[in-house]
Amino acid sequence: MLKAAGLVLLAVSSSLFVSCLYGRSSQSAAGVAKRTIQNTGSDTMVNLAQAWAEAYAHVNDEVSIEVSGGGSGTGIAALIENTVDIANCSRRMEPMEIKKAKEHTGKDPVEFLVGYDALAIYVHRDNPIDSLSIEELAEIYGEHGKITRWSQLGVTLPKGARDEIMVVSRQSNSGTYHYFREAVIGKKRDMRLGTIDMHGSKDVVELVSRTPSAIGYSGMGYANDRVKMLRICRKKGEPAYAPTIENTQNGKYPIARPLLMYTLGEPNETIRKYLDWILSPEGQHIVKLSGYVPVHPEEELQVAGGKQQ
Amino acid sequence: MKKRSRVAEQIKESIIENLIRVSGVSAILFVFAIFFFVFREGSSFLFKGFNVKEFFTSIEWYPTSQSHVRYGALALIVGTLSVTSLAMVIAVPFGLGAAIYISEFCSPKVRETFKIVIEMLAAIPSVVWGFIGLTIMNSLIIQIFNAPIGLTMLNGGIILALMSVPIIVSIGEDALKAVPDSYREAALALGCTRWQMVYRVLLPAARNGLLAAALLGVGRAVGETMAVLMATGHSIRIPKSLLEPVRTLTATIAAELGEAPVHSEHYQVLFIIGILLFTITFIINLTADLIVKGIRNK
Repeated sequence: MLKAAGLVLLAVSSSLFVSCLYGRSSQSAAGVAKRTIQNTGSDTMVNLAQAWAEAYAHVNDEVSIEVSGGGSGTGIAALIENTVDIANCSRRMEPMEIKKAKEHTGKDPVEFLVGYDALAIYVHRDNPIDSLSIEELAEIYGEHGKITRWSQLGVTLPKGARDEIMVVSRQSNSGTYHYFREAVIGKKRDMRLGTIDMHGSKDVVELVSRTPSAIGYSGMGYANDRVKMLRICRKKGEPAYAPTIENTQNGKYPIARPLLMYTLGEPNETIRKYLDWILSPEGQHIVKLSGYVPVHPEEELQVAGGKQQ
Repeated sequence: MKKRSRVAEQIKESIIENLIRVSGVSAILFVFAIFFFVFREGSSFLFKGFNVKEFFTSIEWYPTSQSHVRYGALALIVGTLSVTSLAMVIAVPFGLGAAIYISEFCSPKVRETFKIVIEMLAAIPSVVWGFIGLTIMNSLIIQIFNAPIGLTMLNGGIILALMSVPIIVSIGEDALKAVPDSYREAALALGCTRWQMVYRVLLPAARNGLLAAALLGVGRAVGETMAVLMATGHSIRIPKSLLEPVRTLTATIAAELGEAPVHSEHYQVLFIIGILLFTITFIINLTADLIVKGIRNK
């Protein structure tokens, strides 16, 4: 009796296991009732990817999408091992990684731009400054940076505020910190010692809103009426741009990173349809709702935003 | 019948005895096991390539640098020590004052109420203290001192003081209680006022116990993590005034262990910080213990 029960159990579990295996790798095969898309990668994108997956369930109930985070590196590693259908990435794949993927699987990774993440530079509302260059930012934030006082930037703060710049940063385990360091300071240099490191995007803006002498970086979605987002230019003398959806989409705002999805080789029909839907007005509206920037300017008109201005 | 019950009694006795023995020995085992594992995690880097001089003399803490990784913990050590000493400057007078009041000056009814309240103070979770530091104390410090930021050494020190007061009070009170009543009676019979009795007789007599109370308070403050992580501003620098943010050793471990890949150098350095903290608290506890023993032998 016991033995028979054990055998049955074994049979059931192994068939489940096999069906799991096949469920993923043979999405295009007919006869599988519900097809699954595995979607892994960037923690920045994980909530967005989850929102897409949930919304897509209403669009196409034959496909279920399994989302997990772990970081861009995790997603790329999974793509190289060919254990994932779509890898989410908040940075571009490096040439080394593309080469590895090609060697392992014989296919080239294909990149899909699905949105942008713009970082805004915040100062207190009473601070008269309204634009900075990337070089100046690097001198404010970088190790041994030369700019430590507002007066060095030609700025006189309202009375009562200190001239010394209070530099607000994020803890070093934050992806925002890593992106900011790379985009503004560069790989060769480190952050200044003695920055005040806050735990969350909202905390940075909170602190800046209470402190006239502070400067901080955070997502543009966290703005409130006690802070000001600076216009940023690449080099001193060039025109500076505000962190708006439009400036991010046309690439004029310099501290914005692309949100990407990678597949191995050209995607099959199921995945293609999903990616097309992500790039449709509906999918791009979700980008905006998640606090990120849609890919195309037209979306803004179609979905009647206007609130962001 | 009688004989059987006696045998059963004996068995029960020996079971209980052994259980108690196991609990006692296991406590020792746990401490050594914890020390062993913490040491093991950090040891391979500690003996291979770890720059001790940099660790203790440099303030450049760059564990995730892409060009030049540096592990200078001086600012973190100074941060821990400064916040702790500030906490003790506040907590020791208050704690010992409260202990003296509770053991000598108040009625038994008031004493019981006080003890319950102080125990409740000890029962507040440290993350709640952190909240208080982050929200209430932060805006209070900004308002009162016109400071740019309220998450400062002062904030952390006050929070830690409030957290270590209960320990100081209860152990300090025990120490005062241990002074024989004949001392008090003799002092009063010689015509002392009560304050003179406390100041001239009780405090010297209970000196070692009170010192031990303060040291255990120090141990509490050094090891506290969550509250300092939230209340001190988390900034790597040697503070020049009370109104500057600092970062402590414990908060650094808490904030960075999650990001450090297991067994990487960064991970191991965090464990070396753990060893350092372990050593500091061990020395403090040992000192406190030896002092308490000193009283007993007198």
